[in-house]
Amino acid sequence: MTGTVGGCAGPGFGSVPRKEDGRFVRGRGRFVDDIALPGMLHGAVLRSPYAHARIVSVDTTAAESHPKVRAVITGETLAARDMAWMPTFSHDVAAVLATDKVRYQGQEVAFVVAEDRYAARDALALIEVEYEPLAPVVDARRSLDADAPVIRDDLDGRTGPDGRGNHVFDWETGDEAATGVQFARAAHVSACDLVYPRVHPAPLETCGTVADYDRISGKLTVHATAQAPHAHRMLYSRIAGIPEHHIRIIAPDIGGGFGNKVGMYPGYLCAVVGSIMTGAPVKWVEDRSENLMSTSFARDFHMHGEIAADADGRILAIRVSVLADHGAFNATAQPSKFPAGFFGVFTGSYDIAAAHCRVTGVYTNKAPGGVAYACSFRVTEAVYLVERLVDVLARDTGRDPAELRMANLLTPDRFPFRSATGWEYDSGDYPRALRTALEMADYPALRAEQKERRAAYERTGAGTLTGIGMSVFTEAVGAGPRRLMDIMGLGMADGAELRVHPTGTAVLRLSCMSQGQGHETTFAQIVSHELGLPIDAVQVVQGDTDNTPFGLGTYGSRSTPVSGAAASVAASKVREQARQVAAVLLEVAADDLRWDVGTGTADGGNFAVAGVPGISVTLREIALAAHGGLDLPDGVDGQLTASTVYNPPNLTFPFGAYVCVVDVDPGTGEVDVRRFVAVDDCGVRINPMIVEGQIHGGLADGVGMALMELVAFDDDGNHLSASFMDYLLPTAMECPAWELAATVTPSPHHPLGAKGVGESATVGSPPAVVNAVLDAINVRHADMPLTPAHVWRALQGRPIRPDIAIR
Amino acid sequence: MQVPAFFEYQRATSVEHVVALLERFGPEARIVAGGHSLIPMMKLRLAQPELLVDVNDLHELSGVSVVDGQLRIGALTRHAELLASAVAGEHFPILHDAERVIADPVVRNRGTVGGSVCQADPSEDLSGVFTALRTVAVVRGPDGERTVPMREFFRGPYETAVAPAEILVELRVPLRPGAGSAYVKVDRRAGDWAVAAAGAVVSLGPGRVVTEVGIGLTAVGDADFTAVEAEDLLRGEVADEDAFAAAGAAASAHCRPVADQRGPVDYKRHLAGELTVRALRAAAARAHDGTT
Repeated sequence: MTGTVGGCAGPGFGSVPRKEDGRFVRGRGRFVDDIALPGMLHGAVLRSPYAHARIVSVDTTAAESHPKVRAVITGETLAARDMAWMPTFSHDVAAVLATDKVRYQGQEVAFVVAEDRYAARDALALIEVEYEPLAPVVDARRSLDADAPVIRDDLDGRTGPDGRGNHVFDWETGDEAATGVQFARAAHVSACDLVYPRVHPAPLETCGTVADYDRISGKLTVHATAQAPHAHRMLYSRIAGIPEHHIRIIAPDIGGGFGNKVGMYPGYLCAVVGSIMTGAPVKWVEDRSENLMSTSFARDFHMHGEIAADADGRILAIRVSVLADHGAFNATAQPSKFPAGFFGVFTGSYDIAAAHCRVTGVYTNKAPGGVAYACSFRVTEAVYLVERLVDVLARDTGRDPAELRMANLLTPDRFPFRSATGWEYDSGDYPRALRTALEMADYPALRAEQKERRAAYERTGAGTLTGIGMSVFTEAVGAGPRRLMDIMGLGMADGAELRVHPTGTAVLRLSCMSQGQGHETTFAQIVSHELGLPIDAVQVVQGDTDNTPFGLGTYGSRSTPVSGAAASVAASKVREQARQVAAVLLEVAADDLRWDVGTGTADGGNFAVAGVPGISVTLREIALAAHGGLDLPDGVDGQLTASTVYNPPNLTFPFGAYVCVVDVDPGTGEVDVRRFVAVDDCGVRINPMIVEGQIHGGLADGVGMALMELVAFDDDGNHLSASFMDYLLPTAMECPAWELAATVTPSPHHPLGAKGVGESATVGSPPAVVNAVLDAINVRHADMPLTPAHVWRALQGRPIRPDIAIR
Repeated sequence: MQVPAFFEYQRATSVEHVVALLERFGPEARIVAGGHSLIPMMKLRLAQPELLVDVNDLHELSGVSVVDGQLRIGALTRHAELLASAVAGEHFPILHDAERVIADPVVRNRGTVGGSVCQADPSEDLSGVFTALRTVAVVRGPDGERTVPMREFFRGPYETAVAPAEILVELRVPLRPGAGSAYVKVDRRAGDWAVAAAGAVVSLGPGRVVTEVGIGLTAVGDADFTAVEAEDLLRGEVADEDAFAAAGAAASAHCRPVADQRGPVDYKRHLAGELTVRALRAAAARAHDGTT
């Protein structure tokens, strides 16, 4: 790994080892499936074998007579409690257990609670369900056909105009007329159809819960894989009718989320009902196939993009239309005023005069979801679109893709920049990032080598072809300003509470929840940075709604931009309170005190009297005094504690420039990712090692999506990717030694200048890999995933359609 | 939730014990060795055996050695052992080529050679390797021991010549001094099953004339994992690019791949030819024609 890291000046910041790793490397993490409560029962879900079928009858008699079965829950059971349907994050409803129809393969039909998990699974086979199969809608492009079967007949004709039964929404952004003007005056227009296929977040820990309802107190405790514990508490309250203050959500260690654990799943709710019915705790943990078949997928965007340029290669405008496959229920988790997420940032990193986009969402007989898998609310799709279109434009006009990009990038003097679709980019230096990446890759030498290799191949018919691909991406993360952004009416602001104990150690309580991101370390570093305490002296509490303030959770790279800012503000408040206490201790005016953050010792920072050497008091001394008998002035509370709710003024806009080098074997279609240079700018880096770890993971994600990851279906709606034998995740064997570098352009509005980085590499890397492969084989466009078969077929001029079964 | 259905379990103490248990329980009993195919199928309840006969204590069934002009590979030999075996690599580099691309180290540490061929997965790498090598399988049952040539071993997907009360105990590969061998595979990702794969064993005489050749194909629909037509074309020809291309074309024409998420038929058919050529080229390069 090469490169520089920056922005980590001052105590607290820097590449310190992660506090949580001590337990993880010893196998002592505590995940949902590690929880065993006294008398705990086990749940299992019966799922639909059909993509679309009417339920004629459900007979549970035999299952109920199994000696170890304690309860069998069906849609009818839930309907009696008014719980057969639940609200989704996107103004729709979704079935908890099917009552009328099943609408995708793997949909939940019944739930068995038994004394052990073997008996629960055995009893599933004893439930007899009679189905009347219906024609499924599998191809999103056929969903609005007049003769397409109507999936959501429960909505009773409310789904769309003109009788379009499977219509979910139309949404547009940008200025259509102004875009038309630019296209009319363009010297060149390139158009391209692109599919960002359905993929899955596939966290290694699947979703699960232990629900524990106390019949005496009426209190419900839910241990669950929840990226957003506080939002879940409200949902449980609304759906199950239990008062919110009687519900406690505890998210223990979480083994990866990537957006998959934001949503509310039927299994969670059935475990709650099972616990209410039996009076015992009920554990339900899904298996790999259940996770891949039924939980939140990502992407599934069918895009048509057009890009207009003048004769000098200046990009004038972009026009896009999208068909978005939302599955059987519109359950995408995104700010509710943004039905296509933040796809509106599709103008990318370029200075583009006009842009317009229209998105149509449709229902199909597939699992619900849509926004998940580290995508920053569909920024992934937006970046893929623009970075592919720019490459297509370069090819069509005979320009070098690096030069074309450099000529059109926004320059640093344009920030803050308002894009043609209305987004205000906070800060950036895109040319520097691209220049750095090209220099690290030695771009001219790569182009020369590519030429040589192609000549050799054409001469001998043997060897490999080299391709060089790049992307310059702009992210939009840290949702968000609550006047614009909410989920189910909950504004996306985050609380934080900080308390310094009498002995000078501290506890920070967060609303967000780590799934592997290292919050226990990064957030302790933020407090250390503000108060001068050692990182180890700061305990970070997260994931327990009884012990943390309210907030919207961890996804969309929002933890550092929102909760990180909240932690910083809370610590500043504590510091200012400490100043007041110090003023009393030193018998001087608070304004005469100067803060010195110190060197991270147990004493913490100190306040010294300006102009009087040697008179100072440490934070540790202040903490003790603040808890003691000191007579404090009016308006200054005793103890040392502060809380805040941080409402971000804007999103943050991390960015980066990536260069990927691949070698393709034209005889087999195999792709070898030889090099990957990633220059990331996420503003100030609190823990550069953690940042780089996030980037490593995201780059691997990108290789995976570009080359192998895919959820495919056959004509009957059968899920063809329901195991890790079929849904391929990349391994170390497919990943090169990442070559990383950083530039640091602080966010002007974040208290620490940080921007969030959890999804940058996942967003930025797929187009770099795809551009590299297509550059190698000299093909204008082929859709992901570029498996060997697909690369070979693209070379034959007959690309494969990725979203349906290969024939 | 993936948990197996109820089953009984016995840990065998001898091959005779295995055969006795298999006889008593009939076709509902299954042998478990490495378990890397059987256990996942049981968890998915695609397999629901009544009895598992665990053979992992039968150390006499593992090991790689040369005896009487044959390379003998015990059925319980782990993939990792075969990969680490110097004697196997010395005589048949194809074995190491193949083992290197079978699954991943974790699977190779536990999975067994005998288990792999008895599973008879249409995409099993070793099946194509052992047919190319004209290996002989040694099977033991109630009536004693018998041998089955690997080219008659496979009876279709997941079906072999091993009867319900029999156990595969050993694979015997006749040594072929001077022969060269190689295995090439295309997969979508390290550890994935083959999209297609080809193995070749080539013996050369003076003038680099092919005196004998074995070509194994995996994952392209050949029930016996063998490209017989390509072998027949090549035998007696000079081992050059034209001959390899003709053999590749024959392999491509005679295979019967089916489309799946690993690729369409035309691509797999192309790979059968391309990989046959590559395997032959590499095998011939490793062969000695006896003149130098």
